[in-house]
Amino acid sequence: MNKYTVINPHEPFRVLNTHVHNVDGWAKVTGRATYTFDVKLPGMLYGKILRSPHAHAIIKNIDYSKALEMPGVKAAVCGKLDTLGIKQGIWRRYKDLCDEQILPVDKVRYIGEPVAAVAAVTEEIAEKALELIEVDYEVLPGVFEPLDAIKKDAPQLHEGFERNINVTRHIEWGDADEGFEEADEDDGKGGKKGYIREDWFRCGGQAHMCMETRCAVSSYTPDNKLTIYHSNQGCYYMQGLMAGVLGMREGDIRVIGAYTGGGFGGKFELDGAIFCSAVLSKKCMKPVKIVYTREEDFIATKRRTPMFYYTRTAVTRDGTFLAREAKVFTNGGAYTGMGATALYLTGFFHSFPYEWKKGYRYDGYRVYTNTLPSTSMRGFGAPQAMWCSEQQIEWIAADLGLDPIEMRRKNSHKEGTILPGQATIASCGIDQCYDEITKWIKSKGKLPANRSIGISACGFMSGGIFNWFDSPYSFSSAVVTINQDGTVELHIGAHDIGQGSNTTMAIICAETLGVRVEDIKVHSGDTDHCPPDLGAWGSRQTLMTGNATKMAAENAKKQLLEFAYAQSGLNIVYDLDIKDRWVHAIARPERGEDFGQLVKKALRGKDGQKIIGRGYYTPHRKGMISPAYSYMLQGVEVEVDEETGKISLIDSMTAHDCGQPINHLGLIGQLEGAFSMAAGYGYLEYMPYEDGKLMNPNLVDYKMIRAPEMPPANIAEIDTYEPEGPYGAKEAGEGLTNPTAAAIGNALFHRFGIQMKECPVRPHMVVDALREKKEKDAEKK
Amino acid sequence: MEKRLITLNVNDQDYELYINPKTLLVEAIRDHIELTGTKRGCDTVSCGACTVMVDGMAVKGCSVLAVQAEGTKIVTAEGLETNGKLHPIQKAFLDEGAFQCGFCTSGMLMSAVAFLNETKNPTEKQIRDGIEGNICRCTGYNSIVRAIEAVAKGKYTEDKA
Repeated sequence: MNKYTVINPHEPFRVLNTHVHNVDGWAKVTGRATYTFDVKLPGMLYGKILRSPHAHAIIKNIDYSKALEMPGVKAAVCGKLDTLGIKQGIWRRYKDLCDEQILPVDKVRYIGEPVAAVAAVTEEIAEKALELIEVDYEVLPGVFEPLDAIKKDAPQLHEGFERNINVTRHIEWGDADEGFEEADEDDGKGGKKGYIREDWFRCGGQAHMCMETRCAVSSYTPDNKLTIYHSNQGCYYMQGLMAGVLGMREGDIRVIGAYTGGGFGGKFELDGAIFCSAVLSKKCMKPVKIVYTREEDFIATKRRTPMFYYTRTAVTRDGTFLAREAKVFTNGGAYTGMGATALYLTGFFHSFPYEWKKGYRYDGYRVYTNTLPSTSMRGFGAPQAMWCSEQQIEWIAADLGLDPIEMRRKNSHKEGTILPGQATIASCGIDQCYDEITKWIKSKGKLPANRSIGISACGFMSGGIFNWFDSPYSFSSAVVTINQDGTVELHIGAHDIGQGSNTTMAIICAETLGVRVEDIKVHSGDTDHCPPDLGAWGSRQTLMTGNATKMAAENAKKQLLEFAYAQSGLNIVYDLDIKDRWVHAIARPERGEDFGQLVKKALRGKDGQKIIGRGYYTPHRKGMISPAYSYMLQGVEVEVDEETGKISLIDSMTAHDCGQPINHLGLIGQLEGAFSMAAGYGYLEYMPYEDGKLMNPNLVDYKMIRAPEMPPANIAEIDTYEPEGPYGAKEAGEGLTNPTAAAIGNALFHRFGIQMKECPVRPHMVVDALREKKEKDAEKK
Repeated sequence: MEKRLITLNVNDQDYELYINPKTLLVEAIRDHIELTGTKRGCDTVSCGACTVMVDGMAVKGCSVLAVQAEGTKIVTAEGLETNGKLHPIQKAFLDEGAFQCGFCTSGMLMSAVAFLNETKNPTEKQIRDGIEGNICRCTGYNSIVRAIEAVAKGKYTEDKA
């Protein structure tokens, strides 16, 4: 069904890039893995959240006294009476971007926003008690679209944010105007020297739709300590944010998130479940569990940021990219969250993966509206950027009669490409991606009349360099402890949300130490026992936590080998190594001893102290954005029913450069999974709002890819070596969320000549575009 | 509503439960018997995370009442292994990496086992249709289809003995 090929493979390793089972696999296939959703503590109460029915309203008064009288109800809370009213945000370094009170004190800004919460002995009682809470609202006019919200007379969401503009971001290098002027010059033959094209696009939102809805169990104890089980993407963030809003010390809060049922960029900000359960628990000194229903998860968490994109591109007649400028207005929803980062990254990746000979300029405006807050979601602004960029590039190639693949190829990044002030590209395999996709397209031969192929290129980051969270700690840290029997404890702050980071780190640790994966126990997702780490976002863990893990393992190994040298009596020019638990001189591999035996002796030499290696990673001198970039090109074969406009995906091929693959099974799974989510964004996953109300907050009406819709996801892995990554590795699995929507759009363009400017592409849009095209063609005749 | 005493047979074990008759099967399994491998992912019988086997058939545990399942044999993900030995489908899921976050996995496994019991020599399309009721947000399904295919083709037959 799927084909997986490797182009220029590296030397084989013992553990790295071999067929290693997921280290949490046993727990997951036997139902033993305990998620926050499954946590039950003695004496635990159940919480429920009362939510705003209004998109915009002043909270004049909240009275929960009647709810408290209901038998079984143990506590009720609201913002004004029971919280410090601290405005928080994950961009905590910048106070003006900390704009959200999880239980607002005086104003609600979107439908579904929490206003009060109740804890009771059963969930049913808590839910009934919500009906007894009296909230006195003064309803205000709302504004729901960014282009309306920036108008002078639009209702204002937050004080001090004129025209509801929450954040602006500007990116510029070179002189884009010079490029546009050059393209616009007369060629002396009655035409222009170059070609300029401008287009407006609209990109929809998308729900993270984690299988495990937001949930938390908080337990506040009389010693003023708080333990929280929480479904998230980085326990350290939750510890820091909760300390901030509760006025506590970070060290007095323990956050545990051992197994997380999906994240996709939506679970590293505070949510109603963690905040309300903690406030309730503090009030009644009992553990409180809050689990969002699927509807709550749709209407009151976060979403991929919807965007309006204007992009203008200048090229020479032979298809050299001269300049691009883009202006973007995003529907930020009610609060900032990670939306500020998405606003920057969409502008940065809109330039990818191409060189702009004269310059590149981007202006982004994130606009507050009375809708669900928008934030990061897998791809982090890049799927929107590529939807616009990769379609416009395809149209430009067609306008100029150029080969779209060759035009992309000659403008693409290469090793050494400099994006002034932003990044220097150290490894880049995109050139070979073009070869592989060309081969694949040729191998398909002539397609049936209702099918066509579209392609799209992109690149992505391997972790972010920015420190908006203002962490005083290393970006990633790891501790490797070797026990007396040669088993190894690996403590990391990385968060396994399903992407397989525990397995990836176990592989790196085993390869480096020279032991087996089954010798390693990975500890993650617990702030009491694991070092701080900026968690799972922006594809940072493989490179950043991977480097920290490798450093820690190397450090532990060095201590062991020093001891081995001391007892061996070998000439100091000999190099020692450990492979497959065999400690030996590299030149004389047959002479050596068992790893476990050596560890036992080494402990005796250290007066019984365990061997502990520490490692960390904080990026330096790697530009503004990320230490390394992955590259990829995707081709998608699409079938369209002209009558109904229904789109089906038939086949696909992704040529992909993630440096050195580490976790083979994890890599394939991540690429296939990213593709399915990206395809959903392209043609299925639609979030329609009416007056601020989401119209399809359930899994019947919110359509996603299911098994029958999923086409083969063939992969050609282009192995490059990234000098900054552990063993040469870089990002995999998030970047591939970026190209698919545009590839689907390009397939429609090739088959029918229609240009889709809004995603997701729904059937009626295809039907309308086909009809318009027919009418236009008839007019021409 | 008055509570009732019922007996549910789950993974070859009888459990006596004193429950409200409107308790869903998934609630009985998770909250009363405390087998939490079975999950819930929606409120609309759409996601399949709560799928269990009732007399060999895949049933969404949120679509039936616990009282309706009295007298049947119920199997959950916890009941697939025997004496510490994994069921072929569990091995295949490990070999193919057919799960990521794992939250849909228990339900997916039960749909897969029920499907394999019903369908001999399935085509790829049949497999895909067989798990259409189960949403997996992580994997894109292809690894799951490969795992089911491997079991159907007898890759793990020696394990059944």
